[in-house]
Amino acid sequence: MTAVTPAPPSTAVRPAPAGPVPPGRPAGRSRLRTLAGFAFGAALLFAVAPLVLSDFRLALLAKYLCVAMVAVGIGIAWGRGGMLTLGQGVFFGLGGYAMAMHLKLADAGPGGMPDFMQLYGQLDELPLWWRPFASPWFALPATVLLPMAVAFGLGSLVFRRRVRGAYFAILSQALAAAMVILLIGQQGTTGGTNGLTDIKGFFGYDLDDPVNQRMVYFIIAGTLLALLALTRQLIHSRYGELLVAVRDGEERVRFLGYDPASVKLVAYVVAAGMAGLAGALFVPAVGIISPALIGIVPSIEFVIGVAVGGRATLLGPVLGAVAVAWARTALSERFPGTWTYLQGLLFVVVVAFLPGGLASLWALARRRDVAAQPQRRGRLSLGRRRAERTEVPAA
Amino acid sequence: MSGERLDGLSVRDVRVSFDGFTAVDGVSLEVPAGDIRFLIGPNGAGKTTLVDAITGLVRATGSVRFGDEELLGRPVHRISRLGIGRTFQTSTVFEELSVLQNLDIAAGARRSWATLARRRRGVPDEIAAALETIGLAARAADLAGTLAHGQKQWLEIGMLLVQDARLLLLDEPVAGMSHEERDATGTLLELVSRDRTVVVIEHDMEFLRRFARSVTVLHAGRVLSEGTVAQVQADPRVQEVYLGHPVDAGSARTGQEA
Repeated sequence: MTAVTPAPPSTAVRPAPAGPVPPGRPAGRSRLRTLAGFAFGAALLFAVAPLVLSDFRLALLAKYLCVAMVAVGIGIAWGRGGMLTLGQGVFFGLGGYAMAMHLKLADAGPGGMPDFMQLYGQLDELPLWWRPFASPWFALPATVLLPMAVAFGLGSLVFRRRVRGAYFAILSQALAAAMVILLIGQQGTTGGTNGLTDIKGFFGYDLDDPVNQRMVYFIIAGTLLALLALTRQLIHSRYGELLVAVRDGEERVRFLGYDPASVKLVAYVVAAGMAGLAGALFVPAVGIISPALIGIVPSIEFVIGVAVGGRATLLGPVLGAVAVAWARTALSERFPGTWTYLQGLLFVVVVAFLPGGLASLWALARRRDVAAQPQRRGRLSLGRRRAERTEVPAA
Repeated sequence: MSGERLDGLSVRDVRVSFDGFTAVDGVSLEVPAGDIRFLIGPNGAGKTTLVDAITGLVRATGSVRFGDEELLGRPVHRISRLGIGRTFQTSTVFEELSVLQNLDIAAGARRSWATLARRRRGVPDEIAAALETIGLAARAADLAGTLAHGQKQWLEIGMLLVQDARLLLLDEPVAGMSHEERDATGTLLELVSRDRTVVVIEHDMEFLRRFARSVTVLHAGRVLSEGTVAQVQADPRVQEVYLGHPVDAGSARTGQEA
């Protein structure tokens, strides 16, 4: 324990030189590594995957990447902001339904009605709230803005009342349940349990054509990379640091003069927007959106992927989400029925033994390297266990 | 460092009740600008609750003014923005952020969203100055969780400095510190009180004798005695509360557990 050496009184007034403060990670090298990382990711998604994977597998990958987009958002809200949101399916669903409504109306042609409405609705004309979705200028922004607006409304109510922890998780999950019930109950206008199915075209392109499916895949891969770039900027910004501070000491942040509710609200709204965008792109990739895809179970599955990958890191949620979704397909193809148990087991093991997810293995290995350098050993003793949980950008 | 005006704290007839139990029962006190006021009293005297009331953590009646501003009735973060900073009995630095990041967050409550969305580049001057003042310049890049206990308390004080707090409310800042650390903390308090008003809750009598400029003794939610260290020590009522019976002033021992 070193004794403090309070500076001579004069230091309190004169602007101190920024000398002794280590600048942290050299910015240039870090940027280069990031660019290299993005280039590698882009090469993998845009060149390698389309070459090695069959059309069927590529379509599956497109679906996984949509799940990964939701995961990126959960990484921000939960990993960085501490809000365990078990209801991202709601925002995924809002985005998905907004897109599917537009595509159904486009399929039906001008003045037409979606097929299912004629089947079991006693409707003579299109319901009022469907009409704006005929225009892509309304429907496309709505896929993102609608979920964000709902998240804003909900978040404003909830965070100001200081609902957090398990209560927030339960509340968000109840919302997912409520949305499913609403959709099923309004079968005549929402398609009920079946959802909106049999979507044929995507802005004039036939979705049955493998070339167009490939195009959809490229759009999804590009969007995911863009979201990752956005997220990287967000977690390295001052706001990103503040968000971690709110996660670890909400009251303390309040005493520093911030309103933690607005800090959390931003992260929650951003996560909702990402989920909405993911839902919107999921529809052309898979051709369907239904209550079963957005309810409680999928909402929890989103979170499992994030937990497995490493919730507080940039890439952890993406890799975790893709890995879990891929394992689900692979294992349920071979051993149908056992996947649910395996998934539960995986979740328990990760939460109990590897709270930082798979990404923390990487961080752990890197810290071992650092430990070999004697001058930095001081950082290890106390910080290690905590540091495993979160990868915080150094200074 | 702050360059702003120096204000005093004026507490008038403040009451705090929890479910019928009155924790603070009509406390009035005046802390002049630039003072180092120690608040002492037995456990349950209402010291921390009074600070909670001043900082908006609990509801209170009465009046608390800092300079020209009434504090009661405002939410916590608004009170903080008026220049009131506090620490807690347990250290509450953000352990997973670096020392520098802790200070940067403390300095930033008035930042716009546009500033928040960007990265920090370099070290702002006031933060570099605070790092020097609290003696942690060499640890700036380390995670706050790796600091020793005393250093965490200094970091807390540093956070109040960059927050531009003009009234510092410190809850047991030297609890658990070594002798040298206590001395260093006291010197730090004297330094920061040059352009700030400081209120300290403390049990450590030696620390109090060395660094208090004035003392208020609370007992059962009321002000029992107030004055300089010598005046308070000589007050028979204080001796009764602390020792259980009145003793003559000459033999009053002050090393007792407060």
